[in-house]
Amino acid sequence: MLSKKQLFTKGMLDISPHMLSVIPFGIICGAIGVELGFNPYLVYAMSIIIFGGASQIVFLQLLSGGASSLVAVTSVGIINSRHLLYGAVLSEYLEKLSFIKKLLISYFVVDQGFSESNKFFKKNKTEQHLHYHLIGTGCTMWVCWQIATLSGIILGSFVPEELGLKFAIPLTFIAIVVQDLKKIDHVIVMITCGLSSLLFFDAPFKSYIIISPIIALFVASLILRLKK
Amino acid sequence: MSWLSIIIAGILTYFTRMTMIALINRDMLGDRIKAVLEYVPSAVFPAIIFPAIFINDYGSFVEINDPKIFGAIVAIIVGYFSKNIIATIITGLISYWFLIFVIFN
Repeated sequence: MLSKKQLFTKGMLDISPHMLSVIPFGIICGAIGVELGFNPYLVYAMSIIIFGGASQIVFLQLLSGGASSLVAVTSVGIINSRHLLYGAVLSEYLEKLSFIKKLLISYFVVDQGFSESNKFFKKNKTEQHLHYHLIGTGCTMWVCWQIATLSGIILGSFVPEELGLKFAIPLTFIAIVVQDLKKIDHVIVMITCGLSSLLFFDAPFKSYIIISPIIALFVASLILRLKK
Repeated sequence: MSWLSIIIAGILTYFTRMTMIALINRDMLGDRIKAVLEYVPSAVFPAIIFPAIFINDYGSFVEINDPKIFGAIVAIIVGYFSKNIIATIITGLISYWFLIFVIFN
């Protein structure tokens, strides 16, 4: 049985490799916000209030492109609606927590933290304080995201644009799913999601980000039915 | 106005994170749904990966010889065999840089 501290540390360690792509991306996000002409305090406040990577850039880009606040807010909500799926997966492991703890822990759920903690949870179902792993991944992401966006806001884009470091983001997610390429059912689900995301890329409010997972999960349910 | 919309966007985002964790418990989900939820990572992350590789900043499809496609293939191969996140990201970036700075320059 691992202690709370050991689980927290394990969470930190499991998510840290992803910081290689998160930190440059955070710097770029901060810098873009200021370049688009927004109040630096406002740009930074988003990192605390929304704490949601790409959705923060999309929000500012939409506003600066003349979209209404309603469109910008709706887009953020839709982009982040994938968290409903993460939450549904995580709920199984967090159900013993008190309501207050669930409310607090929810704020720290991020893509990479969800996936790393979920992998850990699946292998260690009997551990008692599993949620400390999720707090570990979430807090590491939070601290790095605050520092990265803040330095982008203050120092501007000191990461040269030519390096194309935005490309590190898909690479991080490739690293997350790549081992599931061993399973044919997962490969089908991934390709369904990927192709749907290209097909629906122009759908309003960036809704491809939730439309394609829904299609892919529908295909997953068909696969499960065939397996029986 | 911007401040108000950021706060609303933040509340919305928080609700997407909190709703399922705080309001759902295991008994509410049937076995079939739980089995489908196993696929969530595979069903969600390609929606982030594919557009970031195949669609450029202007919203149109990239060419088939785009350096990002090559970088992604290298990252997939390295990631598959090394099982190492850092190696996956670094080799993907380096092969991408090799193409844009050395070959296509």
